[in-house]
Amino acid sequence: MNWRGVLAIYGFEMARWRRTLMQSVVSPVISTSLYFVVFGSAIGSRIDSIDGVNYGAFIVPGLIMLTLLTNSIANASFGIYFPRFIGTVYEILSAPVSPFEIVLGYVGAAATKSVILGLIILATAGFFVPLQIAHPFWMLLFLVLTAVTFSLFGFLIGIWADNFEKLQAIPLLVITPLTFLGGSFYSIGVLPPFWRKVTLFNPVVYLISGFRWSFYNIADVSVALSLGMTAVFLAICAFLVWRVFKTGYRLKT
Amino acid sequence: MHPIISVSNVTKKYASGLVALNGVSLDIERGEIFALLGPNGAGKTTLIGIICGIVNASGGTVAVDGHGIGKDYRAARSLIGLVPQELATDTFETVWNTVSFSRGLFGLPPSPAHIAKVLKDLSLLDRRNSKILTLSGGMKRRVMIAKALAHEPQILFLDEPTAGVDVELRKSMWDLIRQLNASGVTIILTTHYIEEAEEMAGRIGVINKGEIVVVEEKAELIRKLGRKQLTLDLQKRLDAIPEGLDGHPLALAADGRQLIYTYDSKSERTGIASLLKDLSEAGIRFKDLSTQQSSLEDIFVGLVSQK
Ligand SMILES: Nc1ncnc2c1ncn2[C@@H]1O[C@H](COP(=O)(O)OP(=O)(O)OP(=O)(O)O)[C@@H](O)[C@H]1O
Ligand SMILES: [Mg+2]
Repeated sequence: MNWRGVLAIYGFEMARWRRTLMQSVVSPVISTSLYFVVFGSAIGSRIDSIDGVNYGAFIVPGLIMLTLLTNSIANASFGIYFPRFIGTVYEILSAPVSPFEIVLGYVGAAATKSVILGLIILATAGFFVPLQIAHPFWMLLFLVLTAVTFSLFGFLIGIWADNFEKLQAIPLLVITPLTFLGGSFYSIGVLPPFWRKVTLFNPVVYLISGFRWSFYNIADVSVALSLGMTAVFLAICAFLVWRVFKTGYRLKT
Repeated sequence: MHPIISVSNVTKKYASGLVALNGVSLDIERGEIFALLGPNGAGKTTLIGIICGIVNASGGTVAVDGHGIGKDYRAARSLIGLVPQELATDTFETVWNTVSFSRGLFGLPPSPAHIAKVLKDLSLLDRRNSKILTLSGGMKRRVMIAKALAHEPQILFLDEPTAGVDVELRKSMWDLIRQLNASGVTIILTTHYIEEAEEMAGRIGVINKGEIVVVEEKAELIRKLGRKQLTLDLQKRLDAIPEGLDGHPLALAADGRQLIYTYDSKSERTGIASLLKDLSEAGIRFKDLSTQQSSLEDIFVGLVSQK
């Protein structure tokens, strides 16, 4: 293992983040606060509670997931897309680092940023609503697994994209809708039976359900299923990344 | 001792269907300065890309100090520093950080002393805390050289390193490269400034349309392929070449005061004897005569246009 190489990439990515710390951290915190003001206070005052949980508190796991998914993808996709775009990727390709080490550096950094951001939002939420975390260990596990999975997914997008539009398209057109439709702001139990079945094809449902369970002990689908689906998605992304390096797809000519 | 780089029968067909390399075999000797020359699009950058791991070869093998670039890529790449043709640098990083990054990427422990030396050699030390964004183009190219030297490579690839670098800096860059070479670093460079290759390189390879045309010691190449010119300073000015001399490849120069005869120094019969005989028969007298070996540039143009 070339640990110093991994650390170089990881450190480079974290430094990039620190340079734009204000945008990277402040803007998600502000937008989350807005969600609490709008959904938590304005709407929440009419909904009072879901499954015995205060509505404002109920949406916290979904909100964290929303930020986690979009930021993991954005960070990781940009992290690898930009060197490709400006040509500095030559250095990574010609260095004695293995594909696994490259991924560890980029995806590790992207996931780290997302997890930190998720925890910041959790803390922010604490100012607005009464929080309770029933299973802290599982909460962290879901947080980390999701961050890693979607950072891998973002890495794939960053390799696949050959222009900035494509880079933006997937998060905007796929992830945000899936998150909103995945029960961030409601329990999928409130949906009519047909739509509930459709929703089960949305992978984000499993993430949010499992994550919410770690807070409040309530879940839309079983926790084992949530964990299983997260693992499956992780495995798929990892496999695709492995294929990318095996074939040199879009990295080498 | 086996060659430090051994390229054998390498082909490259790009996804577009274009064949950029067509069975290239080439050995680079340990410790030499090798210049790879060829016109635009000949395949120089492609070949370097394959050796360094940026381009996938379509066929053939490459070994660096005995390590195959496929299975044994770590060992192979650890030995190589690459300065690519295209300027590509980070923007917001400082010079110091970007060069330190390169060293880390190659798995080496930090060495501020080495980084400082490299930056000093490239006249970048006083800009070490500048963001790359604020540097000029020539400085950026030197940053790329510094990055390539950060991990103390044994082999240095320079793909047109002096493009866009001013004359003075070019000289100091070549001094540095000679110095590196003297300390044992093998240098492979491409350049379109043939006088540069002529001055720097020990051996020269010419590539054209994806095929190696010739690989030769510089002096040998010039001797073998060199055409020579015989210049005759005439006693009397000529307006045109007299009819009796039609059969000889002659040209008038210096406003008719010189006759220039071009011949192949390798051939059995240079034709000089018969030229001199014909000259005296035509009554043309000359004060002086001299011969010149043609330059590498002439050879190069000749080689490439033959194809
Ligand atoms: N990524 C690519 N996809 C398709 N064709 C390519 C690609 N890169 C290079 N080529 C083609 O391969 C051929 C060789 O290109 P290469 O860059 O190796 O030439 P070169 O000898 O370095 O030229 P120059 O002196 O202009 O730098 C050219 O015809 C070029 O158009
Ligand atoms: Mg080139």
